[in-house]
Amino acid sequence: MLQLQLPDERRPPITPQLALRVAILGGIALTMFAIIFFRLWFLQVLSGDKYRAQANNNRIRDVVVPAPRGDIVDRNGKVLVDNRVSIAVQVDARKLPPPGPRRAGVYHRLGQIIGETPSQIDREVKRQTKLVPYAPATVKSDASREVYSYLFERQDAFPGVTVSRVYLRQYPFGTVGAHMFGTVGQISPDQLKLLKFKGVQQGTIVGQDGIEYTYDRYLRGRDGATRVQIDSLGRPTGELSLREPAQGKNLKLSIDLGLQQEGQQAIAGLGNGRGAFVALDPRNGEVLALGSAPTFNPNEFAKPLTEARYRALTSQANGAPLLNRAIRGEYPTGSTFKLITSVAGLQSGAFTPDTIIDDPGSIQIGNIVFQNSGGTPHGSIALREALQVSSDVFFYTLGARMNNNGRQALQTWAHRLGIGRPTGIDLPGEFAGLLPTPAWRDRLFRKHLTDRPWSVGDSVNLAVGQGDLQATPLQMAVAYATVANGGRVVTPHVGLEVDDTAGRVLQTVQPGASRNIHLDSSNRQAILDGLHAAASQPGGTSADVFAGFPHQVDGKTGTAERPGQADQSWYVAYAPDPVKPIVVAVTVEQGGFGAEAAAPATRLILSQWFGAQKKFVTGTSTTR
Amino acid sequence: MNASPIHKREEEATTVAPRPPLVRVDWLLLVATLGLIVCSLVTIGDATRDDVPGSPHYYLDRQLLFAGIGLILMFAISRIDYSRLRELKYGLYVTMIASILLVLALGAASRGSRRSFDLAFLNFQPSELGKLLLVLALSAFVVDRVRRLRDRDTTARTMLLALIPSVLVIVQPDLGSGMVYVVIALAVLFVAGTSWKHFAVLGATFAVAITLALAVAPAVGVQVLKPYQVQRLTGFLNPSSNPRDQTYQLNQSRIAIGAGEKTGRGVSGATQTKLNFLPEHHTDFVFAVVGETYGFLGAAIVLALYALLIWRSLRILTLAKNLYGALIAGGIVAMLMFQVFVNVGMTVGIMPITGVPLPLMSYGGSSVIVTLLALGILQSVSGEARMASAFKGRALNL
Repeated sequence: MLQLQLPDERRPPITPQLALRVAILGGIALTMFAIIFFRLWFLQVLSGDKYRAQANNNRIRDVVVPAPRGDIVDRNGKVLVDNRVSIAVQVDARKLPPPGPRRAGVYHRLGQIIGETPSQIDREVKRQTKLVPYAPATVKSDASREVYSYLFERQDAFPGVTVSRVYLRQYPFGTVGAHMFGTVGQISPDQLKLLKFKGVQQGTIVGQDGIEYTYDRYLRGRDGATRVQIDSLGRPTGELSLREPAQGKNLKLSIDLGLQQEGQQAIAGLGNGRGAFVALDPRNGEVLALGSAPTFNPNEFAKPLTEARYRALTSQANGAPLLNRAIRGEYPTGSTFKLITSVAGLQSGAFTPDTIIDDPGSIQIGNIVFQNSGGTPHGSIALREALQVSSDVFFYTLGARMNNNGRQALQTWAHRLGIGRPTGIDLPGEFAGLLPTPAWRDRLFRKHLTDRPWSVGDSVNLAVGQGDLQATPLQMAVAYATVANGGRVVTPHVGLEVDDTAGRVLQTVQPGASRNIHLDSSNRQAILDGLHAAASQPGGTSADVFAGFPHQVDGKTGTAERPGQADQSWYVAYAPDPVKPIVVAVTVEQGGFGAEAAAPATRLILSQWFGAQKKFVTGTSTTR
Repeated sequence: MNASPIHKREEEATTVAPRPPLVRVDWLLLVATLGLIVCSLVTIGDATRDDVPGSPHYYLDRQLLFAGIGLILMFAISRIDYSRLRELKYGLYVTMIASILLVLALGAASRGSRRSFDLAFLNFQPSELGKLLLVLALSAFVVDRVRRLRDRDTTARTMLLALIPSVLVIVQPDLGSGMVYVVIALAVLFVAGTSWKHFAVLGATFAVAITLALAVAPAVGVQVLKPYQVQRLTGFLNPSSNPRDQTYQLNQSRIAIGAGEKTGRGVSGATQTKLNFLPEHHTDFVFAVVGETYGFLGAAIVLALYALLIWRSLRILTLAKNLYGALIAGGIVAMLMFQVFVNVGMTVGIMPITGVPLPLMSYGGSSVIVTLLALGILQSVSGEARMASAFKGRALNL
């Protein structure tokens, strides 16, 4: 071919002007090709990887596949909390079109699909965005599969709207254990910074309260991800890869389902409907049951609560059902405190188990006369009888004795037994209560926050669990457990072990270390004998309540006087069983005398625990 | 060489009166032409496989047909002496104006923008054919006035002859073709030897006109260009500003080309094309498909074929037996250069979107056939030049 054409091309003579102009045209062409060539070199060779990444960004979307959280089971493996799958329609306010006709259009179309009016959606989005900024608002949970596929395939028509399968917590037994479990929710921007949530991705569901919060690390699964390819209209065209979500681990609680149910039933409807109970294994602090009344159904939290409903769950008028009174209810404890006064008096040497004190029905200390309930005289009695009949004068005397020398033996021993400080239970939000001391009251007085400094009367009141004392039912249970086990202040805990999905133990929960206090065994025996007599001997404050009960019970009634309302009923019992010992603390607001409400409820709880016949037996004792 | 003596004698007998060969072509120009058509078919075939559901070869089949028709017409016209077209200059010019007006009238009737007639299998765009007709007619006018080239009048009339169809197609609206017409006129004047002074005046006038059209006219309420045309022309300066509009196309095109890297992502891996992120991937942005699918290597091959095409066209310009041939070659080479540079420049993000197709590569019957016709005329210029030099007594070594 070359041979064919080359001879043709001998230049005919052309003018120099034309030659110049053709050369200029050629120069333009050369320049133009050079520019394009270098531009291509720059785009494809020098920065090609950047553009390839952008191209992949264009087409790849990672869709989070949420992992279900682990189940929460009771000590026998019965499921208390598990999950169900729900389809949630969410609106991310940041990705919506700006307010105006386009946003209204999205709301309108979305409303037609999920069956709500555009203004309902708008209100819901605004409300939830105000509560948790930077998180999408759920406008519909439990949507149908049709809604799911319709929205998923038309994402370009619904900017800012996502539809996803989510796991919702499910509570098969409704209100049972409601106060312990707590809630789950999307991790907040502040939580993301916490060490506790290190490595957690934004948008992950984490425990926000209760057991879900404390044991989040175990219960939380690892979310999976589906990598999908989309076209320019955002329609999925294929699945590229899948990382399977991994379910969280199961948590076994020390709670006994039957006992928990019985406890909640036992206190429901007593007094003004508000109360709490705690059942502990005194040997190790395992919480066998823990509840508060009034209660609520945690299944309600699966869907966004309406504002009115949330107000109802927190209002004082309704008894604030969300409040866990077992760990956050701070009350005077009445005569149940006498166990602590006994320990303090015996261990500090203020008296011995055989010290006789005369109880004429009342006693004057300073210029105030302190009376037994109803002024009943009990005669000359020692510790056992004093506990049995709950002699106030006996303990007033002890309180006054322990007030001297500023040694504050009563406060010291009460503090050692866990009063006025958190027990360290593995539930967040525990209250410490108040253990009044001279230093505390004198400081208030100096600041003019109270009308008088500490006086002996304060010690007298404290000795019978009145005055400024505030303690939670859990603290009382721990104090009784300490005496029951011979001096070990256990750290109560509801978490028992972390299991895999097949139920094999992966890890045992290690509660905080327990403290030991020194408790002479003779002193301990004297106190327990007194408690046993109170629950079994004629004249014992709860003897009639436990009449016919087939197991030994060492229990103390309490009747706390609270200004402006009816007395609060208390009962704390220790059942010294060689196989399954138990400490139960029950309190009922405005329940009257201890024997009227709390003691009968305790009998029901113990009956459940030991498999005895359940009978609600009201006592007649009118002591405090 | 190995032929028998008898044959040789017969051959000598036939060469007594040299006849033009059956196919008289510039082989390198033909190689470039065919090479680009092959590239076009391969690229369009790959890129449009999923575009029409159920018929993966929809665009490929049609482009093949257009190329076939175009090649036949190219070979046919290459055998005609282009000089005879000079006499038809009025007819060519009137045909061009009439067809553009007709499409405008039909467009008005259908209350929309119209650029084409629907023929049996082809949307015939008069503005495309107009490019070639304008080259032929303008060259003829300039040849007629070659002795008065120094007159401002000649330059002004020539420009006016180009501006009339230019304005008519910009109204269609087809901004790209309008610009091609102006470039053709400038190139014809340039090759003819119009003085530099005239070009300087033209440049100044052009600058003033642009200012009037883009800045002054909108201020007094007259829209010369449609808003989207202004946005297209300015969008490339700031490509990331508005991803959903015109600049979106530029951005996606750049991403597609860049993502191709050195050797391309292959047909199945070219996601910008396959998933429709790249708009108009078989027409205006076909070069971006080449860049993404075949990488720098593929893009360089296509560019090399265009370089060959333009080099041969310039070479033919210098060989032309008469001024008419040289002017035609000048007009055609300018038309090709302008379209290649503006189209490829657009896909790599250094030129605005003007809707100029990539000659021979972009899908579209009018563009492909007209470009092949233009190349046929170039072949005719080349062939006539060789014939002429042969008759001047130079050896024709066939």
